[in-house]
Amino acid sequence: MSVRIYISRDSGALCVGAQEVAMQFFKLAEQKGLDIEIVRTGSRGMYWLEPLVEVARPEGRVGYGPVKPSDVEELIGAGMLDGKAHRLSLGLVEEIPFFKSQTRLTFKHCGIVDPRSLEDYKAHGGYKGLAKAIEIGPEATVEEVVNSGLRGRGGAGFPTGFKWRTVAATPPQQKYIVCNADEGDSGTFADRMIMEGDPFVLIEGMTIAGIAVGASYGYVYIRSEYPDAVEAMEIAVRAARAGGMLGKNIAGSKYDYDMEVRMGAGAYVCGEETSLLESLEGKRGEVRAKPPLPAHVGLFGKPTVINNVLSLASVPIIMIDGAEFYKNFGMGRSRGTMPIQLAGNIKHGGLYETAFGITLRALVDEVGGGTRTGRPVRAVQVGGPLGAYFPRELFDTPFDYEAFTAADGLIGHGGIVVFDDTVDMAKQARFAMEFCAIESCGKCTPCRIGSTRGVELVDKIVAGENREANLVVLEDLCHTMKLGSLCALGGFTPYPVMSALTHFPEDFGAKKKRLEAAE
Amino acid sequence: MPRYEPWNADRAGEIIARHRHEEGAALPILHELQATFGCVPEAAIPLMAEVLNLSRAELHGTVTFYHDFRKEPPGRRVLKLCRAESCQAMGSDALAARAEQKLGVEMGGTNTDRSVTLEAVYCLGLCHSSPAAMLDKHVYGMLDQDKLDRLIDEAQR
Repeated sequence: MSVRIYISRDSGALCVGAQEVAMQFFKLAEQKGLDIEIVRTGSRGMYWLEPLVEVARPEGRVGYGPVKPSDVEELIGAGMLDGKAHRLSLGLVEEIPFFKSQTRLTFKHCGIVDPRSLEDYKAHGGYKGLAKAIEIGPEATVEEVVNSGLRGRGGAGFPTGFKWRTVAATPPQQKYIVCNADEGDSGTFADRMIMEGDPFVLIEGMTIAGIAVGASYGYVYIRSEYPDAVEAMEIAVRAARAGGMLGKNIAGSKYDYDMEVRMGAGAYVCGEETSLLESLEGKRGEVRAKPPLPAHVGLFGKPTVINNVLSLASVPIIMIDGAEFYKNFGMGRSRGTMPIQLAGNIKHGGLYETAFGITLRALVDEVGGGTRTGRPVRAVQVGGPLGAYFPRELFDTPFDYEAFTAADGLIGHGGIVVFDDTVDMAKQARFAMEFCAIESCGKCTPCRIGSTRGVELVDKIVAGENREANLVVLEDLCHTMKLGSLCALGGFTPYPVMSALTHFPEDFGAKKKRLEAAE
Repeated sequence: MPRYEPWNADRAGEIIARHRHEEGAALPILHELQATFGCVPEAAIPLMAEVLNLSRAELHGTVTFYHDFRKEPPGRRVLKLCRAESCQAMGSDALAARAEQKLGVEMGGTNTDRSVTLEAVYCLGLCHSSPAAMLDKHVYGMLDQDKLDRLIDEAQR
């Protein structure tokens, strides 16, 4: 009987050579006449171990990694196909502490299933959530999502079920489901990983949303920087359609729902929901003023559910295991699990799905293993380019929407970028303003003009030019941007700027380090 | 074999016609025009405007809003280096400076033999393996000086 081995085709694995490793296995299998079957999966999210090669054994999947093409012959010689030990052995993949300590709900099948096979998805319990939604009907489905406490995983944390309920309450007409896959935040890759590793779970989530609110069509808007995710989603959509899971009378029910993939064009601001809708309509991605809400007047003026990839991909498990099950994870008003992404200067870069409530310290020092350079951690930026920088003194902050707001930060889309002690925080603050200037859609003045003035102010402060007075102006500018901008781009750029200034004043030419309280 | 087709109004018209009935057809058309001609040729704008029933000014506004759409075809290969925070934390600024110096261009520029266009990109979603780059559609992570040099050599070949 042939031995089955698994190698990821996730771009995070490809970027460190997984394709070359797979090719080497094919080549040697042919040369040596080995009876192996290579399955290309998504990633487990343990990217420092990629290219990770897993061998199916009766006791589970045994891992080896990171594997170089030049290691393959030696690995085969050492008996890896029988699960034997080697210097690259990792043992049972699901026993690796980074993996074992997670609560994988949304990413349950990621890295396990073949992302191009509808049959494989179904064999692993896929589409049971849809069956449940069809069985209980639209109203009960909406209430299940409301009761789960699921909040928008894109960053804003707005209750997903409330959006659905609002759209469901509009009179029957053309309605849309839009999936926001414009994952532009540096330090985040969860959307990419699920689209490349388990695309059917997203399609299933969107289909359930369509049934729940009475929408017959959907779009996934994926950024153009993700060509592999675009391809993976397109293949999966075609497979779902061919398998009767998209189109007329999905899965033999009375419901119709179909969808397509659309590609962005390199504008960060299109991750903002109204800007994304404009872009889908074929226009400049300029932010719309709210109200009206997209739930009432959305895509092409029709009622639209617009949710992040992770929000929609969490729906199937909520339908299968129930709102109560999902709600039992988490803390306070942050319910369920959050796929946290560890990035930047970190030893164990990857995706860690866990219940809300874990502290930054545990994530960075324990799960992440500290910096990759081996130097001390000085700052982490949480929540992308618009998220605050946290010093070590705030590392006891639990991962929770409200706790982060209280600490003048945000969890955003769950990305954590780690910096060691060589970082220049004034440079990071300047970059935040510069990025906002590059990416501003130009619609509102605080963002369009304020960001450019902000860059100039940081330069003056660092140069010691009228320092005290310019600090006051910078603070005032940040205040204006925060309250006067139409969307989160201008509104949240002050977070990285002010947090850098507050926690690391010495980098901005302050005479001495801020006194720490309660030392 | 040249990578892109020379401008041809009939070819452009065919692309526009194929997408015209899609909802919000502008971006899909612009992407296909660029994949075909290497850029969005100025001459395509009036053709598109007429079919989509938009003003030229409106369409010009759309095209210029998005960083992806080019006015001129790029070099034979496009090397994108990530300049966002996660890659900054792993020394991408120094790599970017090195790439600019080796190719003799600034970000956004094309080298003299037109073999490579160097561009900045703000996140490739490979932040777990920073610094990251993309050569055409192939991704590279955990870059260091040596890997970058090899990538630049390959791009120029």
